[in-house]
Amino acid sequence: MERIPILKMGRYLLVTIQVDMHDRLAMTLQDDLTERIVKERAKAVLIDISALEIVDSFIGRMLANIAAMARVLDAQTVVVGMRPAVAITLVELGLSLKGVRTALNVEKGIALLRNSLQDGRDAGA
Amino acid sequence: MARSTVLGEVLTQQEESILLDWIDQQVANAATRSELLSRGELQEQSRHFLTLLRQAVREGGVEAGGAAFEPVRRALEELSLERARQGYSPIETAMFVFSLKQPVFFRLRERFGDSPQALADALWECTILLDRLGLITTEAYQRAREQVIVRQQEEMLELSTPVVTLWEGVLALPLIGTLDSARTQVVMENLLERIVATGASLAVIDITGVPTVDTVTAQHLLKTVAAARLMGADCILSGIRPQIAQTIVHLGVDLGDIITKATLADAFAVALKRMGLGVQRLNAPGAKGGRQGQEQNGRDQEERPWNASRS
Repeated sequence: MERIPILKMGRYLLVTIQVDMHDRLAMTLQDDLTERIVKERAKAVLIDISALEIVDSFIGRMLANIAAMARVLDAQTVVVGMRPAVAITLVELGLSLKGVRTALNVEKGIALLRNSLQDGRDAGA
Repeated sequence: MARSTVLGEVLTQQEESILLDWIDQQVANAATRSELLSRGELQEQSRHFLTLLRQAVREGGVEAGGAAFEPVRRALEELSLERARQGYSPIETAMFVFSLKQPVFFRLRERFGDSPQALADALWECTILLDRLGLITTEAYQRAREQVIVRQQEEMLELSTPVVTLWEGVLALPLIGTLDSARTQVVMENLLERIVATGASLAVIDITGVPTVDTVTAQHLLKTVAAARLMGADCILSGIRPQIAQTIVHLGVDLGDIITKATLADAFAVALKRMGLGVQRLNAPGAKGGRQGQEQNGRDQEERPWNASRS
């Protein structure tokens, strides 16, 4: 069965979606990702959707769900690389993905995560 | 068909004299605007039109909508387009055709002077034909003006939605004019494209030039902000005038967690702070002055290129 690979980089998990998402693929990703977060004790999830040209309301909601689930499992989520057309579509659909953090590209996403994890550690110390 | 042949005959036999009378008519008429059109050009236009009309009448009678009149209609449309661009009014444009009536009617009267019945019939046919042609000029004129309006609208749309780079990573979007959905779409697309192109993480939306903000406009602004956020860029809303602040509150519009500032300068200051930058006076009062101070400043400038001077 087709799966979306999940890469581990230190305490981050990196998901690069490079095929058009259909509903079953999205559900599989949701399952895999939650399992990996627990197994790897990941602190953050980076989802790169720069190759996605079409995002419908289901995929939009799935992104929001993943972020919510990750938060429950004590990991932060950043969605990076959204295309302008996709952003406009999501806004028109009324999905502004509140609660999901975003960044322009993977580099900025990692910087964002590093900063916020740093802050978290400082606050926890 | 007999009567229309009469018109054709009159046009064929007396083409030259009709043409001369017609041109005199047009020149005498203030509507021709001699300052925009020389007599030579007018003569050329009139002769061309009359020739086409004669051929059309001979082939297709007085049916202005028929296939035989295709060249006549096209010539009239071109003429109207040209005059619309030159600034003629619709009446002045239509007078080109209507002023042909008198010379033609005069010839018809000469010919049927003894038979009122035939004269009336011939005049009626001729009037219908020329009125129809006159209306064609008006229609074409209107179309030309509409084209101008559409083009201007497009240009305004292009002109009024620039995205400028204030600083590395900071974009500004000075909005001017009313925000409707079509413009919001353009604004949003431009902004998002520029965010991708420049890798900016902050955008300042300045609404100083937006005359009124109602719930629809606010909705559009919120959409733009949400779309930019999805791309990973935060937005600051600036240039909110006192009346607009009042309107926003009275309408109960919730701007959510968008940072709002009164002026673009304030928003820029926030943006710089977010980027970890600041503005510093070059000739600080504490500096020892003279060369030393300048050297000091020079070094500062090398280390921190974002120093801005206020003299």
